[in-house]
Amino acid sequence: MKNRTLTFSIFRYNPATPEIKPHMQSYQLDETTGMTVFVALNRIREEQDPSLMFDFVCRAAICGSCAMLINGKPRLACKTLTRDYGSKITLMPLPVFKLIGDLSVDTGTWFRHLSIKTRAWIHTNKEFDPKALEERMDNATALEIYEPERCIECGCCIAGCATANIREDFLGAAGLNRVARFMVDPRDHRTEQEYFEVVGSDEGVFGCYGLMACDDNCPTQLPLQWQLAFVRRKMAVAGLKR
Amino acid sequence: MSSYHTHITDVLIIGAGLAGERAAIEASSHGLNTIILSLVPPRRSHSTAAQGGMQASLGNSAMGKGDSSDIHFADTVKGSDWGCEQDVARLFCETVPIAVRQMAYWGVPWSRVVAGTKTLPDGRVIEDTKDKEGLITGRNFGGTAKWRTCYTADGTGHTMQYTIDSIVVKLGITVHDRMEAISLIHDGEKCLGVVARCLRTGKLNVYIAKATVIATGGYGRLYGASTNAVICEGTGMALAIDTGQVPLGNMEAVQFHPTGMVPVWILITEGARGDGGYLLDKNHHRFMPDYEPAKKDLASRDVVSRRMIQHMRKGLGVDSPYGPYLWLDIRHLGAKHINTNLREIANICRNFAGVDPIKELIPVRPTQHYSMGGVRTNIDGAAYGLKGLFAVGEASCWDLHGFNRLGGNSLAETVVMGMVVGKRIAEYALGATLEYSYALVEEKAKQQQERIDSLIACRHGREDVFKIRQEMEETLMDYVGIFRTGPALQTAVDRLQVLHERSKHIGLRTSGVGANPEITAALRLPGMIRLALTISYGALQRTESRGSHAREDFPKRDDANWLKRTLAYWPDGAVLPELKYEPVTITELPPGDRGYGESSASSKN
Repeated sequence: MKNRTLTFSIFRYNPATPEIKPHMQSYQLDETTGMTVFVALNRIREEQDPSLMFDFVCRAAICGSCAMLINGKPRLACKTLTRDYGSKITLMPLPVFKLIGDLSVDTGTWFRHLSIKTRAWIHTNKEFDPKALEERMDNATALEIYEPERCIECGCCIAGCATANIREDFLGAAGLNRVARFMVDPRDHRTEQEYFEVVGSDEGVFGCYGLMACDDNCPTQLPLQWQLAFVRRKMAVAGLKR
Repeated sequence: MSSYHTHITDVLIIGAGLAGERAAIEASSHGLNTIILSLVPPRRSHSTAAQGGMQASLGNSAMGKGDSSDIHFADTVKGSDWGCEQDVARLFCETVPIAVRQMAYWGVPWSRVVAGTKTLPDGRVIEDTKDKEGLITGRNFGGTAKWRTCYTADGTGHTMQYTIDSIVVKLGITVHDRMEAISLIHDGEKCLGVVARCLRTGKLNVYIAKATVIATGGYGRLYGASTNAVICEGTGMALAIDTGQVPLGNMEAVQFHPTGMVPVWILITEGARGDGGYLLDKNHHRFMPDYEPAKKDLASRDVVSRRMIQHMRKGLGVDSPYGPYLWLDIRHLGAKHINTNLREIANICRNFAGVDPIKELIPVRPTQHYSMGGVRTNIDGAAYGLKGLFAVGEASCWDLHGFNRLGGNSLAETVVMGMVVGKRIAEYALGATLEYSYALVEEKAKQQQERIDSLIACRHGREDVFKIRQEMEETLMDYVGIFRTGPALQTAVDRLQVLHERSKHIGLRTSGVGANPEITAALRLPGMIRLALTISYGALQRTESRGSHAREDFPKRDDANWLKRTLAYWPDGAVLPELKYEPVTITELPPGDRGYGESSASSKN
């Protein structure tokens, strides 16, 4: 079988050279067996254009660095096989996040703010006692915490979210999922009312229009629809008690 | 007028993985101003990729009963093939239980003991008892006498990194991500900070600190086939050796993981074999028990990797365009187990190789995995050669792992060393004053700006950075791999010396402006080649086999001549590292037989 020649149409813009306006640039590449967009982009950079900016770290769908719009949909480039696409593939940076250049966006800063805003750490008054045994926990509870904990903060849910695209203070599915992770953790002593302060507004869970693109786009298949419903239900009850 | 930003702090940490962030927490908790620099946002660090777990002798699980820090110590020393510092190993093993419990306190959802009887894949029936229910459990890992690898389902590194980072956020510790340290500032006695390049804008920044900590992880990406993330290029080690005064320890000790998945080299965790998976050859014969009747598929990593190569050399590997490989079989563990405890593996197999491990075999081959060597420090994490410089985690060689690291000991090392050394860093910084010559700082910053300008203007030539890098990767893969010989190592040294010379003549093909990736690579490469030379040259000189360092021309461990650690220095202008040696600290366990593998003095294989 003859290998296909792929054409990648890639968004180009370097904020350091604003005189060159944003544009699309095409690159051609012979497809190889098992080629992913990670492999393709690195070959383009090394063989054709060393100025091309994009982000990869683990290249194994664990670190969440390489999300981009692939033919218009937010995807992790590292686990996108070219064989699942036609011979023309369009790559654009994720919307919502600040552009660093070409396909590279600043998800790191966005998610840092999210952690600060949702106060995403265990809140407890207990002191750590280095001499004591660990507190017991049901394994089922540990797994329940781990489920939302699996989010890799890649930004696919945010980029695909209608609300996040029109209002920059919206926490999005990743933010609400992060809050859900602490809500199910018995080590976190925050009350429903304290959580309400964090997410009980239209910046939080009441800003969601229920379009659920987040759930469709999550590369780690987090049950985001379920998590949003969980947080929303808890917060609706908390809101009624106020 | 200076063209760079200057930042002044008490403690500067280079690297926001587990070790760096854990040390930062300790420093910050002592009231010290702390800044962390990182190539990537902290939660993207390579620490998150650790799937398997963290060793701690809690003794809670059925197969961990009776475990203690003594047994963990013995496993670690044997695993290191007596190359480790035993006082460090002792301190480590005593501290791990505290560290794992502290991680639980901070929020890691460790998997817990569930009471009841279970049948293991080999037919043994074990019982987890009611009195231990709900405590942190442990799984089986290679090279250990007890089951002590604590884990969170299939994402231990992820949950540990997210948890540690949540504490960094809580404490308000400053993190400058996409900021790469490109040179240490020192006056010949003391380290004063770094010159760094912003990976967003390309602009230089200067960081002045009382204490500087290298926490940049390993150098896996010097090799063409590595399980490591693409950012693991040994950047911090290169900073240290480039001072000419700070040595790197045991750089020739490079670990290959038995099961990197062909052909993308993503790691399939040891947890797969720990949970009962095993290796098969092209005839679907389970071959490991033929070589290692006692530990079978769970001998230490160096041994399993070598046995696999040995077996493939007999023509029993599966042929492919990517070279021969073997099979990893986990099908018998069942869909439920694979989809929960080994879900990450299942996803990797499906997404990156199109293999469903519930029904199909996984193609695997030994792949570069871990750097035992690194910035040589004492037991306090203080680097040799410069005051105020520390190193932690994989970037360091303090030296817990000797010539082979046990699975689960690296995650454990990150948080233990971060905790222990973090205290020492804090003590040092609290007692230090900030004195530095501004002229010196200016000069160092200017040197780096000149390097950048020269690369952009192609002042020294037009060598292609990516071509040289690829040749370096291939040289290490072909000549400094799992089995080593004198002539092959000499070839590697010769070729790398040529590449090192050529790397001085790199010129950019692009403008180098802003977040340009070509200049980032060009600034790193010469240092990477120097690291490659310390690995190859150290391996050439070490005429014995020990742990992961397997010389076919010297197949036995040689305690009479080589029970010592390599220290590699790179004097200014040198073309090869200068090697010195120091004795290994042996406090409790004299050199003996590991009980597995081939190179031990009394081994019969």
